[in-house]
Amino acid sequence: MTQRIASYPGTTLSEEQIEQGRVLSVHDRLRADYTWDAGLAIGLYLDGLKAGVILGVRCARCDRTVVPPRAFCEQCFAPMDAFVPLADVGIVNTFSLCYVTWDVKRIAEPLIPAVIDLDGTSPPAGIMHLLGGIAPDRVHIGMRVRAVWKPARARQGAITDIRYFKPHRRG
Amino acid sequence: MPLDPTLHADDLQAWYGSMPVTSRYTYGPAGERFFRAMKDEARILGTRCGRCSLTYVPGRLFCERCFDELTDWIEVGPSGTIEAVTVAYLALDGTLLDPPVLMALVRLDGADTVMYHRLGGVAASDAKIGLRVEAAFRPSEDRTGSILDIAGFRPLGVNET
Amino acid sequence: MSMRRVAVVGAGMTRFVRRAMETPKELAWHAARMALDSCGLTLKDVGGVCIGSAPDAFDGVHMKGEYLSDGSGAWGKPVMRSYVGGGTGVFLGPHGWYHVASGLFDVVLVVAEEKMSSFHPHAQAAFLTIFDHTTERPLEPNLLWIFALEMNRYMQTYGISKRDIAQVAVKNKRNAADHPCAMLGEASITVEDVLNSEVLAWPVQRLDVSPVSDGAVAIVMAAEGVAERITDRPVWVQGVGWNLDTAYWTNRDLAYPEYVERAARMAYEMAGVREPRKEIHIVEPYDPFDYKELHHLEGLLLADRGKAPELTAQGVTGRGGAMPVCPSGGLLGVGNPIAAAGLMKVAELFWQLRGEAGARQVPGTPERGLAQAWGDLMQVGTVTILGTQRPA
Repeated sequence: MTQRIASYPGTTLSEEQIEQGRVLSVHDRLRADYTWDAGLAIGLYLDGLKAGVILGVRCARCDRTVVPPRAFCEQCFAPMDAFVPLADVGIVNTFSLCYVTWDVKRIAEPLIPAVIDLDGTSPPAGIMHLLGGIAPDRVHIGMRVRAVWKPARARQGAITDIRYFKPHRRG
Repeated sequence: MPLDPTLHADDLQAWYGSMPVTSRYTYGPAGERFFRAMKDEARILGTRCGRCSLTYVPGRLFCERCFDELTDWIEVGPSGTIEAVTVAYLALDGTLLDPPVLMALVRLDGADTVMYHRLGGVAASDAKIGLRVEAAFRPSEDRTGSILDIAGFRPLGVNET
Repeated sequence: MSMRRVAVVGAGMTRFVRRAMETPKELAWHAARMALDSCGLTLKDVGGVCIGSAPDAFDGVHMKGEYLSDGSGAWGKPVMRSYVGGGTGVFLGPHGWYHVASGLFDVVLVVAEEKMSSFHPHAQAAFLTIFDHTTERPLEPNLLWIFALEMNRYMQTYGISKRDIAQVAVKNKRNAADHPCAMLGEASITVEDVLNSEVLAWPVQRLDVSPVSDGAVAIVMAAEGVAERITDRPVWVQGVGWNLDTAYWTNRDLAYPEYVERAARMAYEMAGVREPRKEIHIVEPYDPFDYKELHHLEGLLLADRGKAPELTAQGVTGRGGAMPVCPSGGLLGVGNPIAAAGLMKVAELFWQLRGEAGARQVPGTPERGLAQAWGDLMQVGTVTILGTQRPA
């Protein structure tokens, strides 16, 4: 079929055509504001963060301790058995050096997002966060990191109560 | 510490946020022609499907019933008939609209579809199905190629909306 | 399996462009009309319509399936829309298939469309909702992070280099130079071009990524008994599979797409494929980033873990190789209008298996092809296997 068709539909428009008004356009902005209920599990996770503690949850049937916490085990579908305070240290599972913002603007100093497998989770389970206090070219998968927290009075019960994770030596 | 499913109202927590959705729409080949005619000529155009004997307003590229491409552009209106009308007393955020806003579905003369737009120049109690109305266009310098190039519909013979 | 056999009998698509003049409805109509014309059918012959389109946020409309319904030929017909993010286009394989296999419909029109250019200033921002609103969005993430994090883990786990991966971008963009609808086909792109392109979120560079695009694709599926009257070369749906992993993406093994393997096994089982590496003659895995083609080939059990780059380096996955991969040019070369991109791969298999792929035609007489897509919260695998042989 593709041989028999002479031309395919789909007309290209350029940014200039629109900006110069040679093609009409209209701007629209939707307001979608939310109050997301934190729920049973994340509500307590946030409380924990305010208190300077990272909470995981444990499923005894599956012998899993995971983070972020959830009210039920998605693998066996039973309620989780207990919250488990985790150490705020872990291992960098993976990372990136990001030079653009979420709306595609360039930044000079890279942000360093990472997945950090936290000690005490089993099998290893991670959370996403940022790395800091380290030169970008020194970051490597497998390095141990520890959370750097905001001071207690500045914590509000949010993932940003942890400012970032930085290199951590044992002992 | 075990999970306790019993929650009290003051224990409930929420996270506040928004989803930013910002768009810039272009109109497509049919829409471009429709809105150019509105902007440049204060004319309302539809496209006619000969097979289905239907005139779509705003004009469309294709007939949704038989899938033919539509190339027969015809002018409709500017007068028409109200097919349905409502009076809105509340704004999107729940505050009172004062004066209330009348919105109508208008079947323009020559069209088989209806257009949703504002209705003015008539008291709510007189805004009835079957009322003959006409489109009131904004002055040309205020028209941008938008459905709001029509300021609203008003009863035939009324000078102000 | 006691369900009816189903074949693809027609296909159509629009060009994939950065910014189309056509509205989503018009794009859908062009593709749907072309698909019907390609097999001499009209809307009257269509019993039901299957629509696939990804986030409503791109168009700023709610109920995007309904919004596309007129352009998808769905006026007055039973319609079902499915959406699994990037996996949608190949999910339309099982979606369309069960509409017909169940006996409910003899002929269905399957339409996928995406117009990403309406989101302003850049569609990237619409993807923010992929991240959890409470535990991740406060960190101001960016869609690139998930890919970059996964790519890095994959590279590290198997000792794969950027150069190994860049070969995929080169292969696919060169293949796309032969696709009449391609946005980024480039006959002379090199590995150096890819490695010298702007670093976005290391290890992701600009030429590792497929761009946002507008476009639509449609196919027609028909039941056995009907398909043979419509065309003398129906292409049969031999297997379908789909699978979803945990939504907690940071708890998954990012180096290996378990959900792709599960979806593939489901499809292989249905198709009676025991040795995929011998029995799958053309592969169209989802390649929004170059490393994903490799990642997915391994998940599809078509390469050992960590070894897919070797197949690329050896030319095995070139169009003339033993197992051509993305002869269409893939998302990297043709473009990535989310849902339409996946269905483009299914349509490509249709054309290839009928010898109608023109300059992209894989040599020999391929009898069976596999299309795969991925997406959602990065955890869906969708697989469709098409073949020239009617299933037993």
